[in-house]
Amino acid sequence: MSDTTTFAPAQTRSNAWLRLSLWVVLFVFAIWFLLPAYVVVGTSLKDLAEIRGGSLLSLPHELNFTAWSHAWSKACIGVTCEGLEPYFWNSVIMAIPSVILSTLLGALTGYALTKWKFRGANIVFALILFGCFVPFQVVILPMAQTLGLIGITNTVYGLILVHTVYGLAFTTLFFRNYYVSIPDELVRAATIDGAGFFTIFRRIILPLSPPIIVVSVIWQFTQIWNDFLFGASFTTGGAQPITVAMNNLVNTTTGVKQYNVDMAAALITAAPTLLVYIAAGRYFVRGLTAGSVKG
Amino acid sequence: MTDRIARVLPQIVVAPSFALILFFVYGFIVWTGYISLTKSKMLPNYTVIGLRPYERLFQMDRWTVALENLFIFGFLFIFVAIVIGCLLAILLDQKIRAEGFIRTIYLYPMAISFIITGTAWKWIMNPSLGLETVIRGWGWESFSFGWTNSETLAVYALVMAAVWQSAGFVMALFLSALRSVDQDIIKAASLDGASPWKIYLRIILPSMRPVFMSAVVILAHLAIKSFDLVVALTGGGPGYSSTLPANFMYEMTFRRNEIAVGAASAMVMLATVAAIMVPYLYSELRGKKHV
Repeated sequence: MSDTTTFAPAQTRSNAWLRLSLWVVLFVFAIWFLLPAYVVVGTSLKDLAEIRGGSLLSLPHELNFTAWSHAWSKACIGVTCEGLEPYFWNSVIMAIPSVILSTLLGALTGYALTKWKFRGANIVFALILFGCFVPFQVVILPMAQTLGLIGITNTVYGLILVHTVYGLAFTTLFFRNYYVSIPDELVRAATIDGAGFFTIFRRIILPLSPPIIVVSVIWQFTQIWNDFLFGASFTTGGAQPITVAMNNLVNTTTGVKQYNVDMAAALITAAPTLLVYIAAGRYFVRGLTAGSVKG
Repeated sequence: MTDRIARVLPQIVVAPSFALILFFVYGFIVWTGYISLTKSKMLPNYTVIGLRPYERLFQMDRWTVALENLFIFGFLFIFVAIVIGCLLAILLDQKIRAEGFIRTIYLYPMAISFIITGTAWKWIMNPSLGLETVIRGWGWESFSFGWTNSETLAVYALVMAAVWQSAGFVMALFLSALRSVDQDIIKAASLDGASPWKIYLRIILPSMRPVFMSAVVILAHLAIKSFDLVVALTGGGPGYSSTLPANFMYEMTFRRNEIAVGAASAMVMLATVAAIMVPYLYSELRGKKHV
């Protein structure tokens, strides 16, 4: 008995140390993760003299949003000096239909593959699934040619097609894995009642789908908004999405380097996906882990 | 008649998606494969010359460097991201107050494009204005952080930024797996007197083999696809010292009028991905049938 009484305080003391070091490690990592955000926001609020004279880590003297408005509406990208705004809208116009189309097609395909198994359904799914992992370098060359043949090279429509097609593999995977866990009896019972393929989809499956629809929409939106390879390969000038335009803005070699405008541009480009992340972070995590091919 | 339509309706519904994937993925792979055997230069040319583009590819120093970089980058990126992600998941699993808040901080980089990550880290690593100056200002005069300007270190700058971006995702993966470990086994082990440390090392982590596998597969796939990070952070330089195969392919195809060589490099990339993915997907899909 006396053994445990002498033992207990020692253990709480060592536990307290463990607890403290645990917090220290978590804190250090939090700083590492937040440092770039702090630096980007801080720099975007300074003027060039303050950037040159001061330190990367110092707080800006005042809240100065001129770099933001410059990046949004005046900065030169290529030969035009209209800021990021038109490219921002390009990305919006590109993302919305591609997200809707790929989610819709993915839901229907996932539903048909799980609830109406036909011969070869598994092979079809395996072939679609592999599409998630194909390095896009292997498709950009023929894609450029195909877009040319259809006559939508260098347009936002071309990018809508590209993102819809290559998002399809992921959305099908999401919906398929989700629908597998919905009991087949539901569908079977409805079939006996005489309900058909689309009636069951509309009345039974869709009402159960909001969680996975959210995951699919968030995943697709971040993927499409953040894409650079397709945008850089298939568009030039005015049709570019914002990631490509931002990169051009930051990596132009002419004139005085405006670091504050560069950082403001980075912030503007990141804002939509960051907002989605803040608003729907929980679902975002689920979308990320859903991408790990876990059933 | 309507009965027959009803019976094939599922196939009809799957058909458009399947057709799109067949054409835009598999058709295009065949197309690129064919181009990689031709004498295409600036424009596709359909005259077959056999494996010569591949020979040229493997004779190019730029490609050798890109492959070596992929090897270094991929290995370090996967290893460090998993170590950090796993560590953070275990630490966060200790009933931490404000866990949700901390998790949010760790994970937000994943929402951001690699282009932005690259731009932000390039600014931090800027030798004349960035962190180097800050730390020298603190009195550590010899401190040097000019990774992006160094032929040997630029690839490590890529690793640093990529780990920053992806470690939180690995953490999320591991955390959700930790939460689904059978609590009874852990209780039994701790009743037997096993220390928490031992429980993690001997019981919990070994039971998470599948999650390690998924993490490796996803990160490997990210590494092979990495393109925008290089564009934004190092521009592939100095010289071409930090290019990756994805950048090589883009450069050859769109800048240097070497379409056949670009296509050949894309096929090599595809073969690498397939070598990792096909066995993994095969075992995943087979395993699922038992459930």
